[in-house]
Amino acid sequence: MNSNTSDLSKVITLIINGTSRQFSLNTTVAALIDEMGFAGKRIAIERNGDIVPRSTFATQMLAEGDRLEIVVAVGGG
Amino acid sequence: MNDKLIIAGKSYSSRLLVGTGKYKDFTETRAALDASGTEIVTVAIRRTNLGQNANEPNLLDAVPPSKFTYLPNTAGCYTAEDAVRTLRLARELLDGHSLVKLEVLGDPQSLYPNVIETIAAAKTLVAEGFQVMVYTSDDPIIAKQLEDIGCVAIMPLASLIGSGMGILNPWNLQLIMNRVSVPVIVDAGVGTASDAAIAMELGCAGVLMNTAIAGAQNPVLMASAMKKGVEAGREAYLAGRMPKKLYSASPSSPTTGIISSARN
Repeated sequence: MNSNTSDLSKVITLIINGTSRQFSLNTTVAALIDEMGFAGKRIAIERNGDIVPRSTFATQMLAEGDRLEIVVAVGGG
Repeated sequence: MNDKLIIAGKSYSSRLLVGTGKYKDFTETRAALDASGTEIVTVAIRRTNLGQNANEPNLLDAVPPSKFTYLPNTAGCYTAEDAVRTLRLARELLDGHSLVKLEVLGDPQSLYPNVIETIAAAKTLVAEGFQVMVYTSDDPIIAKQLEDIGCVAIMPLASLIGSGMGILNPWNLQLIMNRVSVPVIVDAGVGTASDAAIAMELGCAGVLMNTAIAGAQNPVLMASAMKKGVEAGREAYLAGRMPKKLYSASPSSPTTGIISSARN
């Protein structure tokens, strides 16, 4: 996922939908969405139990150990 | 006939609410929804596949929220906390849309509602401004409590989710309708069109179903049948059925002027 994981001080580990992934330090929510290929998709994100409003995607900075849930609408009854 | 279903102040022409799960593909989903005439469709909220195909079809494209009123559900949630988190995500996903279907399940075998967790979740959601349509047991006391909390529709099961067993306890549904003034919508258990008609004849405000349509051999044709079943049941309810006469017949034809081989 990340091009440079050799310097651990520049890397953060996030738990995304229950799976751990590494990203570079100073990754915003918007950057993460971009990097994961979700740009332009209808998704919603929860960070450590709190909703991340779409309006803050560009400004919220992710931190080591953050737990993210990224969800979509699917068929259901 | 001006007979609208009114939920949380918004009126709907169709009294059939349809789930979007279990169809072969989104094309069939959409065809069934169109055949059913439904205006309100339930959807589930799930973790997105990481690294999913960017061109993967999206439910929101096949079933546009501009054409259908979305009712995000909490299917699969077994605690109030998970249900509340799921619906907060749904509200963010759907641009502030606050009409939701709350269901908190008790166990995976019966999918029977856990009413204690359901009540806890309903209180939180109503306080946060959600308009809560709530799946619950057919217990009239719980139904009334959920109304008092502020739920905008009470949705008792008619039989277990996905069972197709039909309306097993019309008496309890009637008890609920007798004491609740928000719409009572049968949610779960309907198997075929006559079940939907029975629910509507009882006076239910609507019927919500998924498997009865998606699980039919021909889902699109069954969707059409369900539309008619709901409409027929509703009209019969409004028309007011004839009283039942026990143990005695009443002829439909005149009782006089009958030719007779008797002398007179």
